[in-house]
Amino acid sequence: MKKSVLSAMVVLLLLGVAAYAAFFVAPTDAKQGVIYRILYLHVASAWTGLTSFFICFIANSLYVLRRQPRWDWLGVSAGETGLVFTTVVLLTGPIWAHPVWGIWWTWDARLTSTFVLWLLYVSYLLLRTLVEEPDRRALLSALFGIFAFIDVPLVFGSIRWWRTQHPQPIIMGAPGAGLDPTMYRVLFFTWLAMLGLMTLLLRQRYRLEAMRGDLEIIQRELEAA
Amino acid sequence: MTPTVFSPTGIRFENIDKRYGGLYALRRVSLEISAGECVVFAGRNGSGKTTLLRIAACLVRPSSGRVSFLDSGKERDGTLPRAGFVAHATMVYDELTAEENLLLFARLQGIAEPAARAEALLREVGLLERRSSLVRTFSRGMRQRVAIARALLNQPAVVLLDEPTTGLDPQGAHWFAETLRHLRDSGRTIVMSLHGESEVSTLATRAIQLDAGAVVADTRTGANFRSVLAFANA
Amino acid sequence: MALLSNTTVLLGKELRTEFRSRELLTTTTVFVLIVMVLFSFSFDPTSEESRRFGAGLLWLAFLFAASLMLQSCFLREQTSDTLSALRLSVSDPFAIFLAKLAANTLFLLLTELLLLPVFAVMYNVAVLPTLHWLVLVFFLGSLGVSIAGTALSAISAQARMRELLLPLLLLPLLTPILVASTEVTAALFDRSPYVQWKGVGFLAVFDLAFLTILWLLGEYLVEE
Repeated sequence: MKKSVLSAMVVLLLLGVAAYAAFFVAPTDAKQGVIYRILYLHVASAWTGLTSFFICFIANSLYVLRRQPRWDWLGVSAGETGLVFTTVVLLTGPIWAHPVWGIWWTWDARLTSTFVLWLLYVSYLLLRTLVEEPDRRALLSALFGIFAFIDVPLVFGSIRWWRTQHPQPIIMGAPGAGLDPTMYRVLFFTWLAMLGLMTLLLRQRYRLEAMRGDLEIIQRELEAA
Repeated sequence: MTPTVFSPTGIRFENIDKRYGGLYALRRVSLEISAGECVVFAGRNGSGKTTLLRIAACLVRPSSGRVSFLDSGKERDGTLPRAGFVAHATMVYDELTAEENLLLFARLQGIAEPAARAEALLREVGLLERRSSLVRTFSRGMRQRVAIARALLNQPAVVLLDEPTTGLDPQGAHWFAETLRHLRDSGRTIVMSLHGESEVSTLATRAIQLDAGAVVADTRTGANFRSVLAFANA
Repeated sequence: MALLSNTTVLLGKELRTEFRSRELLTTTTVFVLIVMVLFSFSFDPTSEESRRFGAGLLWLAFLFAASLMLQSCFLREQTSDTLSALRLSVSDPFAIFLAKLAANTLFLLLTELLLLPVFAVMYNVAVLPTLHWLVLVFFLGSLGVSIAGTALSAISAQARMRELLLPLLLLPLLTPILVASTEVTAALFDRSPYVQWKGVGFLAVFDLAFLTILWLLGEYLVEE
């Protein structure tokens, strides 16, 4: 069997187990009831998205230093993958918020920060479409990616300090607000499964980008000839 | 501070590769230009002339290979000594006067007595009377004079010119050729790319033809030399 | 030392060209003025309401104005390829950025101080008692906007659709500045004004962080 098919099956299995654990192993939240179980998707996606953006940042830095196309390929792949997971966060946020707080969107610190983060990486991908020459595109987007990533803690910090008008964050929030140990374990397992999915997506996207890069060279050589 | 007298300097290109997004602009270019030569690069658009000149000026970093300056036997790497660079774009500010431009770049380069140097150069290129006019108001020929004055501020031993005569009227071109002859006779190394200018090309002591980023002819005398030069003028 | 003298010389050039035409200052000032007037239609500008919304309004106007003003920052250097001339002349390309961001900070600050009295009168907010603190916040905020904006204008100048691109890249990046500056300014507009040191410190941290990155990446931003 092909290796990629095998790894895809492993990830699928992990996700299945994670879903099972989220629905049947983790206890039901005393106050919120069943809807809280979306937390496992919501929070795990957020963490995975951040992990992906961190990989993007590392790839961006390495591109600036080494100038090898593969770091550019990794950068754009990680940027897109991160965006996918962040989109899941932004979609599941309102689904969770509506039954619990009675509104679809709340300008809650995390949700807002995630939205800004999402916008930053949309700009990153947008910038890439607006630079024709491959080396220039790689360098400029890598530089912007570095600026964007440095901005992330500042965005989170500023919004969390000044713009929160709703209950304490449940995780890593103030003392007193906390998760049940089983919930924590399930959450970490979900994150692990999501990281598997991220790796899978990242690898496929990287291959695609590498092929696209080669194709671009061939096209340009043909045009030049 | 800048020496008032330059020491004759040559340039060595070693296995220069320059790729733009996987496409070769230059492929394994190795050249040695000795001090005092007047070299003309000839070739079609996109043959790599501009890139090679910009690499020599240290404006563009080669993908691999290296450029070094041969300063009276000693070899120096990197940006020193800075070559004078004249391109088709004037590289001076339109919204500043001729004098302000020269003063600005003289100060940036840390030249001693910038005002005196600027004035001397303005006189040399014949713009002393128009020194306080904005460059915006200048004709193409006058702009190119400011451009040359800027390039000569730090008494460079090497002068690089990228199609400097494009857009000059016959009078301007004549003045330009005279200036170049003067620079060559003072012992400076001159490297330029040309596009259809016969008067300037008569100064050349060596003609190098580039095609698709590689050196295809390198001649000093004889029929070949003239044919490469003629190509430059095509 | 060379960095400092290069920066001074270049700053002199930036100021000279701007004060000769005053193009940036006039257009930016008029733009902010327009935004201020238009904003008054979006809520009832009584003193009480203005205290709540005024600070945010001001900073949003400043941010938009900056994103317009900064577009020409590196674009201007392309017309005659003066950027290459600068790169050939300075010993450290960081000097080019330092001079530009200093000039941009100054231009922004001038616009802001020019329009502060207009704002105070139009929106009925007392600014005199806390003026020196306001100047400090305006300075730290504008510095942050200029550092990030100068860096990004070097990027956007090399892309297509550059006029549209800079605000898209810059504005999300400036979220922390907007949040912190607005909060500090709002506290200063308060009926019993106070200095929110946490915010002032935050702005300083932002400025320092971006200046450090710019120092590290500056040469790559202008390379050919």
